Amino acid sequence: MTTIDPTTDYDIFDPEYVLNPFPTIDQIRESECPVAHTERWGGSWMPTRYADIVAVAQEHDVFTSRQILVTGPPDGQAPEGAYAGVAAPPISSDPPEHHWHRRLILPFFAPQAVAKYEPITRELCHSLIDKFIDKGEADSAADYAQQIPVRVIATMLGVPTDMSDTFTGWVRGVLEAGLMDQEVRLEARGNILGFFHAQVADRIANPREDDLITTLLNSEIDGQKVPVEYVMGVCNLMLVAGVDTTWSSIGASLWHLAQHPEHRRQLRDDPELWPAAIEELLRMYAPVTMARIVDRDIEFQGCPMHAGDRVLMSFPAANRDPRQFENPNEVDFEREHNRHVAFGAGIHRCAGSNLARLELRIALQVWLERIPEFQLADPSAVTWAGGQVRGTRVAKVTF
Amino acid sequence: MKVQLDYDACHGHQSCAIAAPEVFGADDYGNAVVLIEGDLPVELETKARRAEGNCPERAITLIDS
Ligand code: HEM
Ligand code: SF4
Repeated sequence: MTTIDPTTDYDIFDPEYVLNPFPTIDQIRESECPVAHTERWGGSWMPTRYADIVAVAQEHDVFTSRQILVTGPPDGQAPEGAYAGVAAPPISSDPPEHHWHRRLILPFFAPQAVAKYEPITRELCHSLIDKFIDKGEADSAADYAQQIPVRVIATMLGVPTDMSDTFTGWVRGVLEAGLMDQEVRLEARGNILGFFHAQVADRIANPREDDLITTLLNSEIDGQKVPVEYVMGVCNLMLVAGVDTTWSSIGASLWHLAQHPEHRRQLRDDPELWPAAIEELLRMYAPVTMARIVDRDIEFQGCPMHAGDRVLMSFPAANRDPRQFENPNEVDFEREHNRHVAFGAGIHRCAGSNLARLELRIALQVWLERIPEFQLADPSAVTWAGGQVRGTRVAKVTF
Repeated sequence: MKVQLDYDACHGHQSCAIAAPEVFGADDYGNAVVLIEGDLPVELETKARRAEGNCPERAITLIDS
């Protein structure tokens, strides 16, 4: 058991915290000091109340996106290796550039635009289940959840879906292992950018019809074609932001449903509940924590923050604040008001949320259709990833 | 009841359209648009309230008329 005071020394990679961060978050949130601080992992502040986290997300002029990873050198001075000029727009951009960095990609992600990925997502989910349904057991995380978003994103980007396992390895290198080891992160980043460098070069030589990368390369801003680094950066972000996140949320939702037959029954009996159920599962199992860099010395909720300090925005913490949500630790598909911030808030609010919701809904619907009754094989054997993205990594179920 | 939308505060969560698809839609950028100008039919008021209570940016205001 940890005896350290989490308000001054929290550790987001402590194995106990990774498995279940909420007792620690609750302890911080109800303490005298709901904005915790730590020196670990490059140092950070961590607000735990909904209102404070949303304020950090919305006040982008004070809390900048110069660095958004939860660990590492806070000032972004880490050597970035090859392709040092390529970032991850719009997530790594600040105003004024952020505006066009975001606006150019939004049309690809509007609800009407992502609807066309519904049939391939459904087909994909069925084909994954075909592989294990006769065995009576499967790893709901590795054999199912993990396999879905990477293929949808590859389809969207027009890159080979049969490289999915490689992409998954790269993304985990950036967002999981790479958070504790800069070398691993830089290697994964180099692989991703090297791959997209070649893809972009191919589109410049051979433009394609109805292709996201070609469309981006041809887009203009103030009468000029956008820089190639921007297009590479967007591809980089779509892969990194669209894979681990969505798969974690599918995985955690299945983990929940495996343990709650009453919720499975509710969805079977009343399919109209689906949209609200998806929002409630996103609230409860919000996977993403982002970071901000403080622009100038300020006092925030009594805490002296200095220019260059890192602030974590734990959306999982915000979504469990009893000041905002009644019975925050209960899943309630009929929750009246659900202002959850799983997708963040303010100008960086997730651009891919309509796609993420679609994937989450189809993945769960197809699973429940094919495997209506299932349970965890061994609850204590389930493993989780934490840090920037929280979700199941091994979660065997039997049916 | 009328719906008022603060377009500067809206960042396109679409929580409103999920709660009340008859009242809210999306433009080409995924930001909210109000589909019903003027008074809402009474039977949509409950859904509109739910939409208001789901918007993380508090961009929606309902005006009782
Ligand atoms: C359940 C799945 C997902 C969750 C929980 C999630 C969460 C988030 C969060 C919290 C942010 C805000 C980042 C910040 O404030 O710095 C964000 C931004 C973003 N997400 Fe997602 N995301 C998910 C899926 C996706 C998918 C499938 C895509 C598609 C490629 C995507 C693309 C983006 C982009 C492009 C941004 C940057 C927007 C900007 O900075 O303006 N996300 N996401
Ligand atoms: S929920 Fe709010 S922020 Fe989101 S689209 Fe609707 S009005 Fe805009």
